[in-house]
Amino acid sequence: MHPRRLAAALGLALSGLAQAADYASLPGGRFDSALPQGDAPDAVVTVGVAPFALRRTPVTVAEYARFVETHPEWRRGAVPALLADARYLVGWRGPLEPPPGAAARPVVDVSWFAARAFCESEGARLPTWLEWEYAAAADETRTDARADPAWRRRILGWYERPGSAALPDVGGPPDVHGVSDLHGVVWEWVEDFNALFISGDSRTQGDPDRARFCGAGAIGLLDRENYAVLMRVAFLSSLGAADTAGTLGFRCARAQPGVSP
Amino acid sequence: MTHLDRRTALVALAATVLAPAAPAADWPGDSLYRIAPRLVDQDGRAFGLADLAGGPVLVSMFYSGCEMVCPLIFETVALARNVLPAGRRERVRVLMVSFDSERDTVAQLKRTAEAHHCDAGWTLARAAAPDVRLVAAALGIQYRRLPSGAFNHSSDIVLLDGLGRITARSARLGEVEPALATALARLA
Repeated sequence: MHPRRLAAALGLALSGLAQAADYASLPGGRFDSALPQGDAPDAVVTVGVAPFALRRTPVTVAEYARFVETHPEWRRGAVPALLADARYLVGWRGPLEPPPGAAARPVVDVSWFAARAFCESEGARLPTWLEWEYAAAADETRTDARADPAWRRRILGWYERPGSAALPDVGGPPDVHGVSDLHGVVWEWVEDFNALFISGDSRTQGDPDRARFCGAGAIGLLDRENYAVLMRVAFLSSLGAADTAGTLGFRCARAQPGVSP
Repeated sequence: MTHLDRRTALVALAATVLAPAAPAADWPGDSLYRIAPRLVDQDGRAFGLADLAGGPVLVSMFYSGCEMVCPLIFETVALARNVLPAGRRERVRVLMVSFDSERDTVAQLKRTAEAHHCDAGWTLARAAAPDVRLVAAALGIQYRRLPSGAFNHSSDIVLLDGLGRITARSARLGEVEPALATALARLA
């Protein structure tokens, strides 16, 4: 057995202990993604989201520090260029020394590979885009608040916050599922970030870029008013798996609390 | 098990045990051999990316159910290899990893390899979905599965050097980009 898989299996066996991260159960159900889910790149196809569990908050600096303590291969300086760029954990004072006062802030400057390894270490995985989008559609009282202009305004208000401001601690007001901080704190990696390729210009969606993509071509945004989602997709689709950013963190998901992903 | 089967199995086993596979930490930092997806080839043999180390490798991704672009990817890879004269082109291995964990079974990979007249230098591989995502991420290839079971995907062809470092890449199909041809000529 690969050591990392063994560790994941052990992590799974240990989940439910005091150290285990706090996951919320999401019921899933029928969902209209802002991205085309059908074979045609320009039609809404309602899809089913299976029930899953999602971390209530993004992974924090303190949690990530514990991870690198037990996983030396993910310490700053030890991670090969293939798996993380030179910015990886750039704000840390040393490989085991996170920035002071940041313990409860979301960890940022982590690559997709690193985020994935962290989730694997607690018997979980990264959420898919669809799971993330479904979860992020909720507000305090509704599972799908996306049609509400106030919901959109609130998210866009966050996008306008200057990038130089310090990140807030995790644990904002929970939504109807008991999940916090899906908006307003950091961007988050998803497992299939490299499935979100969109055409550079949504007007070309009827004329897919067949030279580059096999099949229906790059996808377009269906709900073009939904800038909140559009900006997420545009950002994620611009990333390589080794990229890191000071505003990009992650949270983990799994099929059910305590059950294999 | 016939005598021949047993011999083949033993040789395969010996190759697995004796292959001088360096631990991941010994590869260059930007080597693809730093990741360890669990792959299975068209003959049902389990292998790792680093098993291809030691010579140049052309890597791309495909799925057998693809009727439009994927046959062109196979053709373009073959064209790239044929840039080199016979005797040298055999030094270039080919690795084609399937997007389709569900339908590209070992038997299907075998049929696809035969349909494209792949010689012994070609390895067609399948893996569980998370490992396919890992390979694509490391290669910078994008893909998404459609409800019909078809895939949208970019069709990059990547050239690795003997240590697994990406040396050239081409997204053009039907012809060999000069940069790729030059890199191949240098490595093989």
